[in-house]
Amino acid sequence: MIRVARCAVLLVGASLGLFGCALAADPTQSASLPPLLPPAQLLQPLKDSWPTYAGDYSGRRYSSLRQIDKSAVAHLSLAWTTRLNGEVRDGRSRNPFAPPSSIITNVGGEGKGDYAIPPPAVKGAVLQVDGVLYVTSPDNAWAFDARSGTELWHFFWKTRGGTHIASRGPALWNSSLFFETPDDYLVSLNARTGHENWHVPIAEFADEYFSTMAPVVIGNHLLVGTGNDSDAPGFLQSFDPATGKLQWKRYMVPMTADDPVLKSWPSLDAARHGGGQVWMPGSYDPQTDLYITGTGNPTPGYTGVARLGDNLYTCSMVAVRVATGEIIWHYQTSPHDTHDWDSSQTPILFDGTIDGKPRKLVATAARNGYFFTLDRVTGEHLVSYKFGTTANWSKGTKANGQPDPNPEKSATVPGSLVSPFEGGVTNYQAAAFNPDTGLFYTHENTGFNILYLTDPDPRGSMGLGGKRFSVVGYSGNAFQAIDYRTGKPAWRHVWPGNGGTGTSVLTTATGLVFTGDTNGNFVAMDATNGDLLWHTGIGNISAPPETYALDGHQYVLASVGDALFAFVLN
Amino acid sequence: MDQRPDWRHSVGLAGGLGALLLAAAVATPAAMGQAPARNAIPPGPAGIFGQATYPGKQRPPGDPAVIARGQALFGINCKACHGADLRGGDLGGPNLLRSALVLGDQSGEAIIPVVQKGRPASQGGPPMPAFALPRADAQAIAEYIHSIVGRKVNQGGPPPLPEKPLDILVGDPGRGAQYFAAHCRSCHSASGDLRGIATRIANPATLQDSWVAGRRAGAPVPGAPATPPTQVLVTLNSGGTVQGTLKHLDDFTVSLTTAQGQYRSFIRQGPQGVRAVQVRDPLQQHRQLLTQYTDGDMHDVTAYLATLK
Repeated sequence: MIRVARCAVLLVGASLGLFGCALAADPTQSASLPPLLPPAQLLQPLKDSWPTYAGDYSGRRYSSLRQIDKSAVAHLSLAWTTRLNGEVRDGRSRNPFAPPSSIITNVGGEGKGDYAIPPPAVKGAVLQVDGVLYVTSPDNAWAFDARSGTELWHFFWKTRGGTHIASRGPALWNSSLFFETPDDYLVSLNARTGHENWHVPIAEFADEYFSTMAPVVIGNHLLVGTGNDSDAPGFLQSFDPATGKLQWKRYMVPMTADDPVLKSWPSLDAARHGGGQVWMPGSYDPQTDLYITGTGNPTPGYTGVARLGDNLYTCSMVAVRVATGEIIWHYQTSPHDTHDWDSSQTPILFDGTIDGKPRKLVATAARNGYFFTLDRVTGEHLVSYKFGTTANWSKGTKANGQPDPNPEKSATVPGSLVSPFEGGVTNYQAAAFNPDTGLFYTHENTGFNILYLTDPDPRGSMGLGGKRFSVVGYSGNAFQAIDYRTGKPAWRHVWPGNGGTGTSVLTTATGLVFTGDTNGNFVAMDATNGDLLWHTGIGNISAPPETYALDGHQYVLASVGDALFAFVLN
Repeated sequence: MDQRPDWRHSVGLAGGLGALLLAAAVATPAAMGQAPARNAIPPGPAGIFGQATYPGKQRPPGDPAVIARGQALFGINCKACHGADLRGGDLGGPNLLRSALVLGDQSGEAIIPVVQKGRPASQGGPPMPAFALPRADAQAIAEYIHSIVGRKVNQGGPPPLPEKPLDILVGDPGRGAQYFAAHCRSCHSASGDLRGIATRIANPATLQDSWVAGRRAGAPVPGAPATPPTQVLVTLNSGGTVQGTLKHLDDFTVSLTTAQGQYRSFIRQGPQGVRAVQVRDPLQQHRQLLTQYTDGDMHDVTAYLATLK
């Protein structure tokens, strides 16, 4: 905590003060090699690298690279492909696509290695720094050559168990690479070698936490979130990236009787089991030194009877002071959620004009089907719009722009017909914002389900239990380009077929949008009108696409399950 | 906070005989993260890979005699406050199945002192009195609690509840018949394809899921008409047309099987692309109605169909 205090002092009067502490001892620093990614570099405009989850702190997933433009994109073709290999044989990595590997797998972890885990799949950030890609999957991390796809090292974590649903990617600070494990450790690796520096527990595994978030580096703070479906409180933590020492822990539900938002819960016990997990990376505004994150659903998820009230700070955008974890403002995008519709989506920061006035803005398209634009300095609500065309669970919006949930659309014994279905209009998929078009890009799921209450106990159920749902169809899943000033779509492209999941988005200064359709194609669209300019049928895109440049070549990287595909203009 | 990893979709095309309803499998969600697991590290000679779980479910099973004694002691001493199912009781005792103290307990070291010494009011809950129980009895209670925690289901759900049939038939069959006549009769009939549907699909909730989705369920009926699959008519650049059963459609390709059984696929874009693609989807009306039904309409129609024994 002393370290935190020292940095907090530096912060006063200097917006970049956080970075004054950034050169603290890094265990991977070598006398002869410069750090791979000094944290101050993250304040520079995004260019050739892709050093964070969204490329830069804004969350826009917007690249200024210009080689691939609307006309050249038709000639995009494969540079290389490779597969993630989570298997270890005789201590060596095994890749069915590659010659016998000389890669020695580094093994860590507190478990016995006796659990079956799902095959590797990329569902989060792939970082590109200095020509090396850093990739994670639950219990695994890899480095690959960004020019060739050659595997450089593999790290495998022997798990204690837990929910192996995803890893949202790693983070890089100087020469340390960080990732979270399903059994609730924060692991620091030497990014050059894949050897472990240290690991620290970040949540109580016994309380059924599981950790998936891509950590976020801000100066000498490493922001870390966790997940939980089992009625445990959500929180955001900050660790010292050099040592793994906890700097602060900020709960997203009231934990004490004097909490100012306890009145949004019926009891302290309900609040302390109320969820609000932080499981997606947020965005950071260096000008205001605010970290803005989305939060997850309240729990028990489907039975709100024992947690009447708005349930703050669940399903919210929350702006946190990076040095201290103090909440500066919050805006709840889904009051008293009863559908497991997290508002965890990475908020997107940009400057724009609302009602003729220049504003510093933050926008999000939430899982519940509502789009919001707020003032990111104050949290003032500016725009709400129901972008989920089929969303039917709300009675409309309240004066403050929040949707007003219709209690009849919660789970009921005879069944309620609800859209979106459990997965939401969007989910973990990353949206994008292009400052040139002024449009916010997101996919839109139009599924319906019948939601049954199976546990009508007046105490409410537990976790995500007490319900059953049956998916009964779609109205046509789509991709939207949303005008942030109104929330209305400037254009909307309906994917042919029924069902299928849209994916994350990348947008560029050349007016392109890259995303996956619902039929296993990776596509490039004209950002201004949605025209389809290029496609390749590589499968359902599982991780956010990105772009980077090396040796004068602009690469576009897409991930499909355990396979990475890099495209260039050949 | 279900972090939905992905959705795998199988849009099966209808075509089975004796479909009760317009039959087509709608896309069903399945967590790709739950795919059959591949071993991360090869098992040793005696290695058996288990499903990764949480500590509450990783405990070796306790001694049944001790657990039985613990259950009896729990009933006597704890049930009034914590509930017969441990999920909290009328006297304000907290839900033990989500208690951090319980979940963090290994073998009674956290639970036994609370049982024996009680606890002051904390975390918004009432105080807990001390129980003058011998250590072995408090230990048995802890073992019993752990045995119930071990029965919790995925995603924090409580242990399976005793089967308690819930009546989902709350609608009005008369109104349902009227709705059916107005919206469904162009394709379906109570004396035709839906005859005896409530016998074939005895569970009213399954019946409701099936008819709303247009999903075939229940045993086929001999002689009932086959459900038409999705048809597609492709207009070629030349102006000619090809039609058949749709196999695949996206923005870039369309494929079909002709009535003669020939598989054809076409590109949709560029100078060689087809001129037009017209899809005739037998479930179109079902999909359209999804945006129109009130829950009352849905319950009424279910109540009506439930009379078609």
